[in-house]
Amino acid sequence: MDLLSEALRFIARDGQIPGGPPLPSLTHLTLEHLKISLIGVMLSALLAIPLGVWLGHIRRGSFIAITIGNIGRALPSLAVLAIGVAFLGLGLLNVEVALVVLAAPPLLTNTYVAIAGVDDDLIDAARGMGMSGWQIVRKVELPLALPLLFAGLRTATLLVIATATISSLTGYSGSLGDIIANETSYHLSGVLGGAICVAVLALAVDGLLAIAQRLLTPAGLRTSSAGALADALRA
Amino acid sequence: MIGAVAAAEPVIPTFGGGGGRSCEQANELFCWGWVDRNWSDVLWPALRQHVELTLIAVVIGFAIAFVLALIAYRHHWAERPVTIVTTVLYTIPALALFELLVPVPGFGLSRTTAEVALVSYTLLILFRNTLTGLREVPAEVRESARGMGMTPRQSLLRVELPLALPAVIAGLRIATVTVISLATVASFVADEGLGTPIFQAINNDVFKTELIAAGGLAVALAIFADVLLVLLQRVLTPWTRVRAG
Repeated sequence: MDLLSEALRFIARDGQIPGGPPLPSLTHLTLEHLKISLIGVMLSALLAIPLGVWLGHIRRGSFIAITIGNIGRALPSLAVLAIGVAFLGLGLLNVEVALVVLAAPPLLTNTYVAIAGVDDDLIDAARGMGMSGWQIVRKVELPLALPLLFAGLRTATLLVIATATISSLTGYSGSLGDIIANETSYHLSGVLGGAICVAVLALAVDGLLAIAQRLLTPAGLRTSSAGALADALRA
Repeated sequence: MIGAVAAAEPVIPTFGGGGGRSCEQANELFCWGWVDRNWSDVLWPALRQHVELTLIAVVIGFAIAFVLALIAYRHHWAERPVTIVTTVLYTIPALALFELLVPVPGFGLSRTTAEVALVSYTLLILFRNTLTGLREVPAEVRESARGMGMTPRQSLLRVELPLALPAVIAGLRIATVTVISLATVASFVADEGLGTPIFQAINNDVFKTELIAAGGLAVALAIFADVLLVLLQRVLTPWTRVRAG
């Protein structure tokens, strides 16, 4: 408990050690961490979601979509970062590429499963009403797939925030991992303080995504996913 | 200018395998020679340790999670506390957990520290999957087992657990690849496993060959383990294939 109160004081001091040299502020590192993560998630989403929606819509490529997801899930984060460093050198580029390599596959699989899982009868009904392929995607498949799609987005986001922490081990400086990987300067209380910040950041972003999911879900479908927000807040 | 460049002696780092090798001195993308010379001293021991770290963590984690899931299956009240504790453990950033365990008496920079942290990350997944697998056994199936004269114990061992197996193995797959991934990070405190050559390469002026070799081995190990568990599931649950086909 003593360690915990020390850690909370470290957070209250915005990441400074009394009597020590000035350190990058905790606020700055948290925002940087958030920035790296958001770029990673957005790049992954731009790549994976349209591809997943398309494959799901034409109901083809289930083997590819699911195999990519399985391989992506198996990839060890640090190994991907390390290989990235060899090819791209130290820097933000290598970190973002690693984040996309890790986050895009589960996102692709989830999007595919979400869209392809929409009831065939509903698609037939929509087609019978004279909807075009694009209208079916926009008005039928996407709204119905939204809960699962968001589940994938939230998993990917948590993965990205965790991996951004590890990026400091492969020489990238500018995330909360800088604190956690540097026990010598920050002591154990600082490490714990940094870890708390990562956990809070992850929970906060996850909560925001849960709220976004709720707002984006059409009113008629809300009853079925009303529990999702409650679950997210309880978690 | 030209004279100045010529006068500056290039600082050549001496990579693990000894000097005098141009590919390594130039830090080219991948030097087979280095891998060849360092396989038995650097890469192979790291790979073996990595497999050991993973196996120990998954076996211990599975033993704990399995017992907890059986308890929660029989006694509903046990589910909530176990879920809360294992979720908290799962949320702590891995790197931080490794470091926070180091000062605990009896732990230090050792394999114990690494294993305790690795085990803690397997619990949530294995517990949840085992419990879900057991709960999804249809009530009619349980009743039929009872109707055939099976005791609750027989029903659990011969009917419910086999039917829960696909979910259990799905959990084992996620737990195993997660541990393989986190075991590379464990090298930060335990000096074992494939993370060791990765960190060594980072500290050695970003020696590319070692980064690619060790990282590649970790990736290959994870995919191999995943495929192995898929095959295991096929062998252990032949009925799922019949139903799918």
